[in-house]
Amino acid sequence: MSHAASHDDHANGPPKGIVRWLTTTNHKDIGTMYLVFSLMMFLVGGGFAFMIRAELFQPGLQILNPAVFNQMTTMHALIMVFGAVMPATVGLANWMIPMQIGAADMALPRMNLFSFWLLAFAFLLLLSTFLMPGGAPASGWTLYPPLVLQTGEAFPLAIFSIHLMGASSIMGAINVIVTIVNMRAPGMTLLKMPLFSWSWLITAYLLIAVMPVFAGAVTMLLTDYFFHTSFFNAAGGGDPVLFQHVFWFFGHPEVYIMILPAFGIVSEIIPTFSRKPIFGYEAMVFAIASIAFLSFIVWAHHMFTVGMPLAGQLFFTLSTMLIAVPTGVKIFNWTTTMWRGSLSFEPPMLFALAFLFLFTLGGFSGLMLAIVPADYQYHDTYFVVAHFHYVLVPGSVFALMAAVYYWMPKWTGHMYDMTLAKWHFWLSAIFVNVLFFPQHFLGLAGMPRRIPDYASQFADWNMVSSIGAFGFGLSQLLFIWLIVKCVRGGAPATAGVWDWPHGLEWTVPSPAPYHTFEKAPEIH
Amino acid sequence: MRIVNRFLKRSVVAGAAAMLASLPARADWGAINMPRGVSELSHDIYDIHMTMFWICFAIAVVTFGAMIVAMVRFRKSKGAVADQKLLHNARLEATWTLIPVVILIGMAIPSVDKLIKIEDTSGSGLTVKVTGHQWYWQYEYLGTGVSFYSRLARTSDVARQKGSGIDPRTVENYLLEVDKPLMVPTGVKIRLLLTANDVIHAWWVPDFGMKRDAIPGFINEMWISVDADKPGTYRGQCAELCGADHGFMPIVVVAKPKAEFEAWLEEQKTAAAPALAATE
Repeated sequence: MSHAASHDDHANGPPKGIVRWLTTTNHKDIGTMYLVFSLMMFLVGGGFAFMIRAELFQPGLQILNPAVFNQMTTMHALIMVFGAVMPATVGLANWMIPMQIGAADMALPRMNLFSFWLLAFAFLLLLSTFLMPGGAPASGWTLYPPLVLQTGEAFPLAIFSIHLMGASSIMGAINVIVTIVNMRAPGMTLLKMPLFSWSWLITAYLLIAVMPVFAGAVTMLLTDYFFHTSFFNAAGGGDPVLFQHVFWFFGHPEVYIMILPAFGIVSEIIPTFSRKPIFGYEAMVFAIASIAFLSFIVWAHHMFTVGMPLAGQLFFTLSTMLIAVPTGVKIFNWTTTMWRGSLSFEPPMLFALAFLFLFTLGGFSGLMLAIVPADYQYHDTYFVVAHFHYVLVPGSVFALMAAVYYWMPKWTGHMYDMTLAKWHFWLSAIFVNVLFFPQHFLGLAGMPRRIPDYASQFADWNMVSSIGAFGFGLSQLLFIWLIVKCVRGGAPATAGVWDWPHGLEWTVPSPAPYHTFEKAPEIH
Repeated sequence: MRIVNRFLKRSVVAGAAAMLASLPARADWGAINMPRGVSELSHDIYDIHMTMFWICFAIAVVTFGAMIVAMVRFRKSKGAVADQKLLHNARLEATWTLIPVVILIGMAIPSVDKLIKIEDTSGSGLTVKVTGHQWYWQYEYLGTGVSFYSRLARTSDVARQKGSGIDPRTVENYLLEVDKPLMVPTGVKIRLLLTANDVIHAWWVPDFGMKRDAIPGFINEMWISVDADKPGTYRGQCAELCGADHGFMPIVVVAKPKAEFEAWLEEQKTAAAPALAATE
């Protein structure tokens, strides 16, 4: 009897120590690894941003030489996009999708582990390029040829690391789709599914559609570099602008890959703290799907200055503006969810509300950028930098932080330090605006992006922006301290955690047992 | 102890006040918007930009207003009870889908004829070929034999070196000065043919409103003009990342009345002629 019990324990519990993390196929363990990895990359990418803003603190070159500055901007972007934001959303998907749909685990657990370690290895490879002769890639994360072909020894490693990231993302996406399509608990019809899972289902299709395109584009760079093909070389009959078209055909859906899961998170949090179900659920699902569809036909708005036919420019202006319609629907529905609700302002809600305001602000600058003649002025200036940082930092990143504050008691079984969380929120929310708002002014006044030094008329707002960056960066140390504290201990969390929990994840105890829903739950 | 505290507090306040007071003296805090510029196109673009800005501002007042009202009125701490039945409202949802469509079309239409004008390079009085190099510009006045390079001015180039010990604020037009500027006549439509020798660059002077990529192996077109009553010096920079010294290849354009420009061009032609003869 006792033998049987201990055998059972062995089958159900994880192995101890490092072996657990190398061999686990448990969705919660893998989710944790993705989240920790993402946090580490957030710090590395943040460190690069810190150096960029330190160099731009005042005119003149003080810290970095121009070539290293370009490596910093390039690596900051690659790491934040592929190393911080995307893995964080994958980590949340791993943890929460099975628990939201009443499945025991992800459908393909071994592939799940493989895709994580592939990603970790990809970033080891990418970061190792700093040690190569010629340094890390310095052509911007957009890797435009011919400039990218001037990269030194780092070039093949950077390309290979992108291939690995892509493979990892595709596997992750396949896993999400197979899980959601096959493993929903009986009665969990698609239109009963929580919006976070919905947002990830659609994101997964986007990933499968565009990551191979990106892989193809960088492979063409590789053959241009090593095998003297001329895909992007005009002297051999190619076209450098072709790369931009292919890149942005991937790149625009990519920005939605980073924001749709954030939409899903916010759609979970606002109802909980308004104590009322989401307004217009079907419209929310339909809006995500429309945004995903439209994301495939707007790519050239990133390249209005390359010299496109008039009709092309008009088409991409209009299709881009169309995205504002479903996005508007989402913002209005979130607002109406709060309407006649009973609102309280715990840390997840604070971050979700900051998202609501500041993402919308980023949406407005996006709308302005869509209008071609005005874009001729905005293009490649700090106005663009301000725009995409507004949608990505107080947009995606704030939503990810909201998700951590929302689900962490479920993960750890402990409540976190609410006072510390509120300090983290207010400092982040204030400094993120000090950091990015002045960049609108800089761009409009004529400061190009990706320059290590600038004319003295841009000095003042750059200094303000840098002060905001230092404040924002340091505030994140509070976040890490809070997470460490919460993992180590704290007041025990109840199963429901919040006042008005909704969804299956709140029906299991906190911390969530190593295996949940081994028997499918009943859905009413 | 208390006196020390008070003293510290006072000096911090006084210091902060002094800093704030000194700011406007040395600053361009006012440079927060797009310049209206000195050309027909830059005026058009500025107008579109401001229209867009005010439309967005109005939408922001309405949406942010609704969010703030909801956050203030429906607080649990003030006893608000959730209305669990507010789940759908087909009419409302249709309204806020359709109204944005109308607004967006309204936003896009005025820019169409402006764009058609921008793309029409016909009827120009002067054509200049602009070639981007890592990291300087080359200007050729087509059909005249006049051609020259335009590089970052020596004063800026010395000051911008790491550890130069020169405060950039003491350098006149730091990073926005060249050895030989592009000369253009005022009141004339000038066609620019853009290309590059190595990687992609972009030619941009904010006061002219336009920016376009210079792509190796291809020729792009755009036109600029300077209002007849606005001769002067206008400055810009390369706007497409082109390598280490991307930040150090400024553009300076000097616009002169037509007669003065023609005189300058004649002078350049004579200067260029012996050189041409030698190469033949």
